Amino acid sequence: MRLVFKNMLSRPVTEAAPAPDTAGLAELAGNLDRAAKRRLGRSLAIREVDAGSCNGCELEIHALNNAFYDLERFGLKFVASPRHADVLLVTGPVSKNMREALLRTYNATPDPKWVVAVGDCAANGGIFAGSYAVEGGVSKVVPVDLHIPGCPPRPDQLLKGLIALLEAQSQAKTA
Amino acid sequence: MAVLADITKGGRKAEAHRPWPRFTVDTEAWRRAVNALVEARATLLGLWGDKEQVHLTLLEEPSADIAVVTLQCPDGKFPSIGVAYPPAIRLERAIRDLYGLKPAGAADTRAWLDLGFWGVSQPLGANKKSRKAQPAYAFLPVEGEDLHQIPVGPVHAGIIEPGHFRFTANGEAVVRLEQRLGYVHKGIDGLMTGADLDKGAKLAGRVSGDSTVAYAIAFAQAVESALRLKVPERAVWLRALMAELERIANHCGDIGAICNDASFAILQADFAILRERVLRAADACFGHRLMRDRIVPGGVTQDVAPGSLDGIAALIETIRGKFPELVAVYDNTASLQDRTVTTGYLSPTLARAFGVGGYIGRASGRAFDARKAIGYAPYDQLEFEVPVRDDGDVNARVWIRIREVEQSLRLLEQIVQRLPSGPLHTQFGAGGAGEGLALVEAFRGDLLVSVRLGADGRIERCHLRDASWFQWPLLEACVEGNIVADFPLCNKSFNCSYSGHDL
Repeated sequence: MRLVFKNMLSRPVTEAAPAPDTAGLAELAGNLDRAAKRRLGRSLAIREVDAGSCNGCELEIHALNNAFYDLERFGLKFVASPRHADVLLVTGPVSKNMREALLRTYNATPDPKWVVAVGDCAANGGIFAGSYAVEGGVSKVVPVDLHIPGCPPRPDQLLKGLIALLEAQSQAKTA
Repeated sequence: MAVLADITKGGRKAEAHRPWPRFTVDTEAWRRAVNALVEARATLLGLWGDKEQVHLTLLEEPSADIAVVTLQCPDGKFPSIGVAYPPAIRLERAIRDLYGLKPAGAADTRAWLDLGFWGVSQPLGANKKSRKAQPAYAFLPVEGEDLHQIPVGPVHAGIIEPGHFRFTANGEAVVRLEQRLGYVHKGIDGLMTGADLDKGAKLAGRVSGDSTVAYAIAFAQAVESALRLKVPERAVWLRALMAELERIANHCGDIGAICNDASFAILQADFAILRERVLRAADACFGHRLMRDRIVPGGVTQDVAPGSLDGIAALIETIRGKFPELVAVYDNTASLQDRTVTTGYLSPTLARAFGVGGYIGRASGRAFDARKAIGYAPYDQLEFEVPVRDDGDVNARVWIRIREVEQSLRLLEQIVQRLPSGPLHTQFGAGGAGEGLALVEAFRGDLLVSVRLGADGRIERCHLRDASWFQWPLLEACVEGNIVADFPLCNKSFNCSYSGHDL
C-alpha cells in the first residue's frame, strides 16, 4: 500500500519523461489522440503476432505499455485474441514454420482490419532473407497496410507508425 | 583435466582450435564421453552437426576445462547420446533435421525443428527437395482416468514468441506438459555458412533480441580466438558495460512480469519503469536501446557518447534508490508469495543432470556462471559474487535475479570508475583460417558459440547454442503437479528463448 500511495503522490513518469525524445513524444501523443478518435471513436484493438522475430521487436512493443509511453491512454490496447482485434502488428521475416499460423490468425481477425509489419525483417526478410526457412517479409503471406522500419523500431517510431496508419485510413475514408 | 584427457586420449588434435582443444575421435572415445555425461563426471555444453561429422563439447567442473570431441560419420550415423543422457535428445533431433545425420539407437526419432514447411529436407546436409507434408506430430501418450488436454499456441495471448504447449491435466493439476518448438526457426546456422565476419556478427546479434549483446560478445570472442586477435582493453570493458546493462534491463523486466502473472500489476509497472531507464541510458551511451551491432570481432564499433557515463552513474543511483523498496514489496506481500513459493520446483539433482545454466541453475544449487568459472576479461579483474540458492521454486528464481541486479550494479560501478582509455578496435586483414570457441554468460545463462573460418576469412561453420536448450526440457519437468493457472508463473520465471532455441 505504501508503494501505491507513494506512486499516487509522485509526479507521473509519463509526463516527466526525460530527454531526448520527450518533446517528440508529447507531440506524437497529441497527434495520435486526435487521429485515433476521428477514425475509431475511442479505441483500437491490436493483436501482436511474432512470425519469426528475434524478439527484439517484441521488447520494444512491450515498452509501449510502460508508464513512459502508456499506449492505453490513447484508447489503443493489445488484445489476446485476433477475434477482438482491428490491427495485426506482425514482426519477423515470417518463418516458414509460422506461415500457416499467421494466415490463420489473419483469417480469424474480423474486417475491417489492418496489418502493420514491424521491423526491418518484416519488410523483406532483412538479414534472414534468402534462408530456406523464411518467407522473406510479411507481405509475402498477408496484405500489409504499413511497414514500420527499425531493428527494432524504437517505441516512438512505433507510435509514429500507428499515427501514419490512422491518418492514411481517415484520408482514404474522406477521399 | 583428468576426465577430458581420458576421453580424448588417442584422438587427433585439431591444429588451430582455440582457446580450448578439439579432438577427432573414434566411436570408442565417443562412448567414453557418453559415459562421463551419464555418470555426471562431465557436463554437456553443446552438440551440433556439420558436414559428415558431429561435434560434442564437454565441460569438466570445477576446473572449468573444456574440450570439443568430433566424430566422423561417413555413413550418416553416430551413436546416440540422448538414449542414455536425456539432455542431448532435442539436440540430436535438431542435427537429424538439419544435417540428416542419424543418432543410432535414439529412442525419440520425431522431427524437432523441421515442421514440414521448408520445401527441403536436411537443408544443411543433402538438401533434398521435399514436397511431402510432415505427418501429424505424435505427442507423447498420456494414460489415466479423467484427463483432458489443453493445446496452447503457437500464437500466444500476450506479446510473446510463438511455440506450442500441450498440457494434459487432471482437473487443475498438470499431469504432463509437452513442448513443441521450432516455429521461429530462421535457418541461422545455414545463413552463417559462407557469410563474412560483418554479416556473421549481425546474425549473431539477432539470434535472440534480448541477448543481442551477449551473443555479439560470444561471436566476437570465438572469432578472436580463431584469429588470435588481441582486443583493446577499452573495448573489452565497454563490452562488459553493455552486457551488464542488458542483464539489468532483462532482470527488471522479467521480475515485474512474474509479479504481473501473479496479478500484482503495480510491481510490473514500477519494474518496467526501471527497465525503460536502463534502455534510455544504454541509448544515450551507445545510440541504440538494445545496443545492437555495437560489438564486432576485434573490438567495438564506437565509444560511449561524451558525458554519457555520468548517465550510467545516475542510473546506478536511481536503481539503488528504488530497487530495495520494490523488493520489499515483493517480499512482504503474502498474496504474491503464496503464488511464487513452492511453485514450479526444480530439484538440484535435475538441474545438475541437465547442466542447466543461468538463474534457473543457480536457483537450484548449480553455481555455474561463465563470468566466474571461465573468468573471461574483464570479469577476472572485477569484484562480484554469484548468488546461489537451492530451494528451486519460482520465488528462488526471482531472488536470484534480484541479487544479480545488485551484483550487476556493483559491476557497472567498477566499470564506470575504472574504464581504461585507448583504442576501440584492432585492425585485422581479411583471411586466415582457424577455429574458435566461446562461452559467455548472457542474462539467461551460458551461450556457446563455435566458429570455423576458411582461408578466405569467411565463415565455414558457425553454431550458436542458447542456454534455453537445457532449460526448456526442465520447464516440462518442474510444471508437473502444479495447477494450470501457475504455468505462466513457472514459464516466466524460466523465460526461455524461443528464437535462441529455434535459431
